[in-house]
This record gives sequence, C-alpha cells and structure tokens, in this order.
Amino acid sequence: MILLDYLSVALLIAGAFFFMAGTLGLLRFPDVYTRLHALTKADNVGLGLVVAGLAIQSDSLAGAGKLVLIWLLVLLAGASVANLIARGAIRRGIRLWKQ
Amino acid sequence: MQILYFTMALFLLLNLIAGMWRVLRGPTAADRMLATQLFGTTAVAILLLLAQADDNPALRDVALVFAILAAVTAVAFVRRAWPVSETEDDPA
Repeated sequence: MILLDYLSVALLIAGAFFFMAGTLGLLRFPDVYTRLHALTKADNVGLGLVVAGLAIQSDSLAGAGKLVLIWLLVLLAGASVANLIARGAIRRGIRLWKQ
Repeated sequence: MQILYFTMALFLLLNLIAGMWRVLRGPTAADRMLATQLFGTTAVAILLLLAQADDNPALRDVALVFAILAAVTAVAFVRRAWPVSETEDDPA
C-alpha cells in the first residue's frame, strides 16, 4: 500500500460515516424539513468523499473527471429536490416541528 | 482494497434497507419521496464502488444515469404526483 491508498481508504471510510449520518437523520428526525436537511446535505458530502477516494485511485484524468461530473449532477439534484420539496410542503400546510 | 470496496458497498446497501423503514412509515408522501432521494444518492455511491472493485467501467455510466434521473423523479413528484390537499395526518 502506498500513501495514496491510505488517503483513499480514509476518504472512503469518512464517506461511509456521512452516509450513515444521513440515513440516521432520515429515520430519527421529527418532520419533513429536518429530514430534508439531514438527507440532502449529509448524503451529498458522503458521496463527495467517496468520489474523492475513488478519483485519486483512477488511472486517467478523464476517469476522475467523470466521477466528479457524476457528483456534481447528484449535487444539482439534491439542491433542487431540497428546494422543491420544502416549498411544496410549506404550501401544503405541513407544520414545522416545534419541540 | 477490493475487500474494502465490497464491504463499503454492503454497508451502503444496509443503509438503503434501513431507509425502507421511512418509506413504509411515511407519514406524508414527501417523506417517502425523501427516502427515494436517499436511494438515488446511495445507489450512485454503490455503483461507483462496484465499478472500481470489479474493474467494470460500464457501471459508472449506470451511476451517471441514476444521477440524472434523481433530479427528474423529484421534479415529476412535486409537479404531478403530490396531492395538494395533503396534511400531516395523511393515513396510509
């Protein structure tokens, strides 16, 4: 194992941790807004770390670029989903959680 | 490295199964849609890991399609499939 491999392993494991945090948030948080917050942030960071860990393993610049492109697309989806669902939920009168 | 990739793919798959609980539970359609968002993001990660582990670059293209479809599904849900009169006490 060379140094790059260690870095990749660390990034992948950090990514797995963020994915776990996102799932926990989806399961444990009290309303749709807080769940949205857990999901669309933690998961996208987790995917970013996994992508970074895999990109430094890839043998060509184009391969790494493709991974980053996939991540950017997921980020775009996450951002638009968060906006659309939060606005839709407000409009439909789903109450915000208070203690 | 191979073992780490497969272990992580399995771990993410377990995350997906845990997310199923939110689909069953609800309580609103939006919560169920959020779970599918989780599935989309996690599936992309799993596919990228498997592509690396198996040395099968075609799986990266599948991940790319998943990433694009994730946005489309949510927009379709909000615009078309989400009943306007829904409240928090939605049964089902």
